[in-house]
Amino acid sequence: MEFRKERVGAGGRAVQIGFLLALLALWYLATNRWGVNRLLLPNPIAVWHQLVDVLRSGEFWPDLRVTLTELAAAFSLSLTFGTTIGFFVSRTGYTIRVFDPLFAGIYSIPIILFLPLYVLFFGLGPASKIALGATISFFPIVLSTIAGFGNVDRVLVTAARAMGASNYQLFRYVLLPAALPVILGGIRMGFTVALLSIIGSETLASLAGLGHHIVQLAEGMDMPRMFAYIAFVVVIAALLNGIVSFLEARGRRHA
Amino acid sequence: MTSRDAAVRIKSVSHQFGEAGDAQFVRALADTSLDIARGELLCLIGPSGCGKSTLLNVVGGLMTPSSGGVEVAGKPVRGPRPRDIAFIFQENALFPWNTVIENVRLGMLFQGVPKAEHETRAKKSLEAVGLAEFANHYPAQLSGGMRQRAALARALSLETDILLMDEPFGALDEQTRMILGEDLSVLLSRTEKTIVFVTHSLGEAVFLADRVAVFSARPGTIKKIIKVDEPHPRNPEFVTSEKFTALRNELYALLHDEIRKTVAEGA
Repeated sequence: MEFRKERVGAGGRAVQIGFLLALLALWYLATNRWGVNRLLLPNPIAVWHQLVDVLRSGEFWPDLRVTLTELAAAFSLSLTFGTTIGFFVSRTGYTIRVFDPLFAGIYSIPIILFLPLYVLFFGLGPASKIALGATISFFPIVLSTIAGFGNVDRVLVTAARAMGASNYQLFRYVLLPAALPVILGGIRMGFTVALLSIIGSETLASLAGLGHHIVQLAEGMDMPRMFAYIAFVVVIAALLNGIVSFLEARGRRHA
Repeated sequence: MTSRDAAVRIKSVSHQFGEAGDAQFVRALADTSLDIARGELLCLIGPSGCGKSTLLNVVGGLMTPSSGGVEVAGKPVRGPRPRDIAFIFQENALFPWNTVIENVRLGMLFQGVPKAEHETRAKKSLEAVGLAEFANHYPAQLSGGMRQRAALARALSLETDILLMDEPFGALDEQTRMILGEDLSVLLSRTEKTIVFVTHSLGEAVFLADRVAVFSARPGTIKKIIKVDEPHPRNPEFVTSEKFTALRNELYALLHDEIRKTVAEGA
């Protein structure tokens, strides 16, 4: 993450923007000049018109509300359980040695495979998306919380104790500021995977939500509008990640 | 020495790590007794692993000895005693996310100093160590010597009668060490503090101490106590005096084996 601190400068920024513009140009040429089937790849201008229509009509609201509600519920659950369980596991070397490899092991398997099981248990509605999103995002949060609280420099704890710090003071002024940068990284990661798994599972088995809507459009062969929705989701995801990154940076400063 | 004069009484302290028969079993300290007078600066010197840091932790209540005990101000030590004892560690024990002055204030908050006194005490102790201009710097922005000065300021602000220093200059280069030693001597001659100072450096021990307790190899116990009869603050010229050389040589003879280790470690 070290490279984040340095700015890329105007030249680097120009390369990034140029790359995206080149992709757009390729897209345009592919559909208008090279004759790629419009059913596979719609024209970018048609997509743009559809996107404007989606935004003007406001028809995205019900699906957006479903997806965001699922995300908020899943993230609240994983945040609460991840940080709490992580903190208690980090309290002794023994519990760290027992639970850290266990959580890391489960985290490394693709939990999305259990979606059918979640649907059987929680139904096709939002509950199964919330449960799956919460499960998947729990792991990066719990693992980073264990790592954060488990690796606090011993001498700082000893020094605080020697100066008479109470348990609360030790937590508030030593453990928390020492662990927070690591935990915030895990929380951001948890947020990202929650969003991915919720939209992903909406496309696989659901009754509503942005992912659900995109699949419906695909099945109706309405390619330009489907691409417009995909662009819309990309913008929403970028916005949400931007907000979380901003909050993370603020959290680090105020630690 | 009568018990009235003693700020710290160490009474036949022994300590071992692990159980007898364990692979990890280490007898660190064997039956060590010592009285430390009020206002005295006592240096503990000895081979690596001889238990001098263990003894310091026992005195400070950070470690409970396997047998024996310690009295501070006439009362047995059963845990940290932040009102009586302040610590300075070898490693940088400043909180890296706080500025220098925040570190000093935090120590006072932990110890329970009334908030109204924080500002004046913090300023006073930072001035005493010559860091007033660096109050708002973060530890990472300071040199190693300055960080130890900041740690000293934090300990001084607690206004304890006893200061325990565990190789506080151990990680610093020779020149910084010398200057800090001189400053410490001046600073401490103005206070009535009782100080126990663990060091690897013979010169540092002779320069700073009223008495030097020489430890034997593990399991450590005090082999001999050497008196350094020289008023504080110590003059830099003291280092070049015959008295200094004679005392240093005496220590050298007592610690001959350890000198080789120290040289090998590049200290």
